[in-house]
Amino acid sequence: MSTSPENPERPLLAWVRDRYPIAQFAEWAKHKTVPIGPGAFWYYFGGITLFLFFIQVGTGILLMFYYKGSADTAFESVRFISAKVPFGWLIRSVHAWAANLMIFSVFIHMFSVFFMRAYRKPRELTWLSGIVLLALLLGFGFSGYLLPWNELAFFATKVGTDIIGVIPVIGEPIMYVLRGGEEVTGSTLPRFFALHVALFPALLTIFTAAHLFFIQLQGIHEPDAWKAHPEQRKTMPFFPHFFMRELLLWLITLNILAVLAVFFPAELGVEADPFSPAPAGIKPEWYFLSTFEFLKYMPAHVGPMEGEEFGLLIISLGFLLWCLVPWIDRGRGRAMTTIVMVTGMAILIFLTILTYLGFVA
Amino acid sequence: MKRLFDRRRVLNWFLGGSTFAWLGSVIYPLLRFLSPPPEQEAAISSVKAATLSGMAPNSGQIFKFGRKPALIVRRPDGEFVAFLAKCTHLDCVVQYRSDKERIWCACHDGFYDLNGTNVSGPPPRPLDALEVHVQGDDVYVTRKS
Repeated sequence: MSTSPENPERPLLAWVRDRYPIAQFAEWAKHKTVPIGPGAFWYYFGGITLFLFFIQVGTGILLMFYYKGSADTAFESVRFISAKVPFGWLIRSVHAWAANLMIFSVFIHMFSVFFMRAYRKPRELTWLSGIVLLALLLGFGFSGYLLPWNELAFFATKVGTDIIGVIPVIGEPIMYVLRGGEEVTGSTLPRFFALHVALFPALLTIFTAAHLFFIQLQGIHEPDAWKAHPEQRKTMPFFPHFFMRELLLWLITLNILAVLAVFFPAELGVEADPFSPAPAGIKPEWYFLSTFEFLKYMPAHVGPMEGEEFGLLIISLGFLLWCLVPWIDRGRGRAMTTIVMVTGMAILIFLTILTYLGFVA
Repeated sequence: MKRLFDRRRVLNWFLGGSTFAWLGSVIYPLLRFLSPPPEQEAAISSVKAATLSGMAPNSGQIFKFGRKPALIVRRPDGEFVAFLAKCTHLDCVVQYRSDKERIWCACHDGFYDLNGTNVSGPPPRPLDALEVHVQGDDVYVTRKS
């Protein structure tokens, strides 16, 4: 029996081939291509996000072996994981860092798709499903943040859920359901735990599948210039060329993750106490910093509205416009494209400055 | 012209209506399940929040007022004031800043004066005030009557 990869008669392969149409799959993989060009580097970030999601599922399941999701036990169980369980600190740190990197890479992915104008027809639903995925990832971050039941998380959750409560009509009931009562208490924790480990993963899996399915059906977006100059078109096969490069990047990501987790392990802080004042210098995770800063600059009242209501209205409108980008810029007029691109750049700069200000504040 | 009550239309209405009712009977219990029953508020009439001897002027401390955190402040002139310690902006627990003689919310840098009035930062409303009674050495706090 030969183990040469060129030998098609390897017994296992032959066994599978006898039963399943893998030749078709190989044929399909051979013909799938990825564009090459100055923007090609950015194509890898969707895959990196996916890889980090796999890491999160793995480390998340491991953490669940020890985590006890109630207000009396949560903090102690996380301390136990960090201090007593062999490599517990590592698993927890990897989980925390992968969450941050995942949100970072999904932001890069989203803005690169935006600036390449890959959201245009026929990819509107890919864009929308991507926004749902982003929202889910932020939800993961928000719900996971509370689980160690420490002081910072407690107040971040108080503020975060209170912001939801500001939404007219539906805000209060949603806040009540999320908190499991009027206040953030021990009743909130199991709810966030359920969202974090059951509902959000299920939704994320469904929307990721849809997102990838759309990309599969329509192929990867190619630069606009290629339409006018087809002779410039340059692609590489997805398999093995792109796939191997992606794998290499995954390996690099894993190394970065390991270095971060080892040298900057996740902190635990002090246990949450609903009867202690909010600590000075309280801040949310970096991906909520821009929102946090923005709301901080709101005056107490804007016209007839409370400042936070007004701020939230602005953010919601911005988010809605962001969702509608494929319909605002359909690629029919240069002027509109320029407006959308400049606005996108302005939003990116604005978010970066606010995040920076929040960071140094 | 189509008749208003032809058989297909009636059946469609019937089917649509049943589907709607069925969905309602599935969704309603789910929504109700998610929304927890209101917890019984313990009938708090009066709480001993501090002692005269235990609190120096120009200081503040958090105490439990039933299930809620509350703040008692001994002003620099020795008088006591008390409030529910819930910031009217986004719900954080406030604290007393003796250096500024103000009540402060660390979450978004909001300030209230010693009457509980919002004076700077994002808080939109004054703090909910409580009533303070001193009996001997004990300082009791009750709801505003």
